[in-house]
Amino acid sequence: MAGKPKLHYTKGRGRMESIRWLLAAAGVEFEEEFIEKKEDLEKLWSDGSLLFQQVPMVEIDGMKMVQTRAILSYIAGKYNLYGKDLKERAWIDMYVEGTTDLMGMIMHLALHSGDTKEKHLALIIERATNRYFPVYEKALKDHGHDYLVGNKLSWADIHLLEAILMAEECKPGILSAFPLLQAFKGRISNVPTIKKFLQPGSQRKPPPDDKYIANVRKIFNF
Amino acid sequence: MSGKPRLTYLNGRGRMEPIRWLLGAAGVEFEETFLETREEYEKLIKGGSLLFQQVPLVEIDGMKMVQTRAILSYIAGKYNLYGKDLKERALIDMYVEGITDLMQMIMMFPFSPPEEKEKNFNSIKEKATNRYFPVFEKVLKQHGQDFLVGNKCSWADVQLIEAILAVEEKIPAVLLGFPQLQAFKIRMSNMPTIKKFLQPGSPRKPPPDDHYVETVLKIFKN
Repeated sequence: MAGKPKLHYTKGRGRMESIRWLLAAAGVEFEEEFIEKKEDLEKLWSDGSLLFQQVPMVEIDGMKMVQTRAILSYIAGKYNLYGKDLKERAWIDMYVEGTTDLMGMIMHLALHSGDTKEKHLALIIERATNRYFPVYEKALKDHGHDYLVGNKLSWADIHLLEAILMAEECKPGILSAFPLLQAFKGRISNVPTIKKFLQPGSQRKPPPDDKYIANVRKIFNF
Repeated sequence: MSGKPRLTYLNGRGRMEPIRWLLGAAGVEFEETFLETREEYEKLIKGGSLLFQQVPLVEIDGMKMVQTRAILSYIAGKYNLYGKDLKERALIDMYVEGITDLMQMIMMFPFSPPEEKEKNFNSIKEKATNRYFPVFEKVLKQHGQDFLVGNKCSWADVQLIEAILAVEEKIPAVLLGFPQLQAFKIRMSNMPTIKKFLQPGSPRKPPPDDHYVETVLKIFKN
């Protein structure tokens, strides 16, 4: 069962994107099998590959892992991106839960349209600017280190960069009041593995378009 | 900063209940501060105790921890309820995430509009019976051990007994097709710390009633 991890998901960001980011940042090559139509999902169901009948699913180290957070925690632990002890892990977990909440809002934006979409977008910008970004700006300011936790690159930094870039897609210049996050963004983007992931041709997926959303709705019936 | 952990939340289950369960199961005594008015909540935010302006808040080991999952992971790690290695932790995480999805449906149920209550009730019943309980029934059947992971009580077992009891409150006969889970329920309920937690007078909170729903809407109106 050795070999590269294999990711099962639709060909878009969704709940799998953070996993792609983390594997890439860890320098781990991975394969992807895309669910393009309902039959692909049904096959995974009938194979018994999906513990709770849901994707993401990642085949890694002999396991068919499901549940995004479980998968991310495993990868972080395996590739030493989870701090050096329980307390550092606690801080990484807290920070990651915050960026997860923010990215969760952005992920749902694509499902809205018209008026509700505008309202939701405004809420995202408000939360990013008033609730989330100030926390990370302050964390960096308080200790003056390059990374959020333990003076070492961790899952929290990778997740924050992903969130920053997603938020900027919502509103360019959203970091204007956050000088330390701007510097952070520059630094982390230049970590060699991450720099590679940010280049065209990598496995990073583009923001969802209408066609992708329509297909996702069809496959997953919502 | 030493002494018992202090939990700050409303006087009800909500997102804090799994934390009460886990501390209870670990045999850890804790104190609670209950938010009863919006003013108290705003005061807490103003005081800077809430990293992302949200509760649950658990003051533990010199940290003001927020984000339910981060708190639960820390407690599980600290009290040896998180498996013996990365792979056991992965299984525990997967199981916990699945159970959390089910518990989320139950937690949100009292807040559904009246016209959606029947649909949501049926959804809980369907998911418990067809998606979640069969997984754990199968796990227990396959290894024949008393606990879900590594032949030792873990966070996953505590979360599962909590979920079983919560679903049974709504659907008393829900365990009818699940003999392994029936035996699991009895075993877990008889573990000394859990038995104590299930007795009247413990920190365990009752199911949400109208007053609780009202309080939530009042305090978190946004």
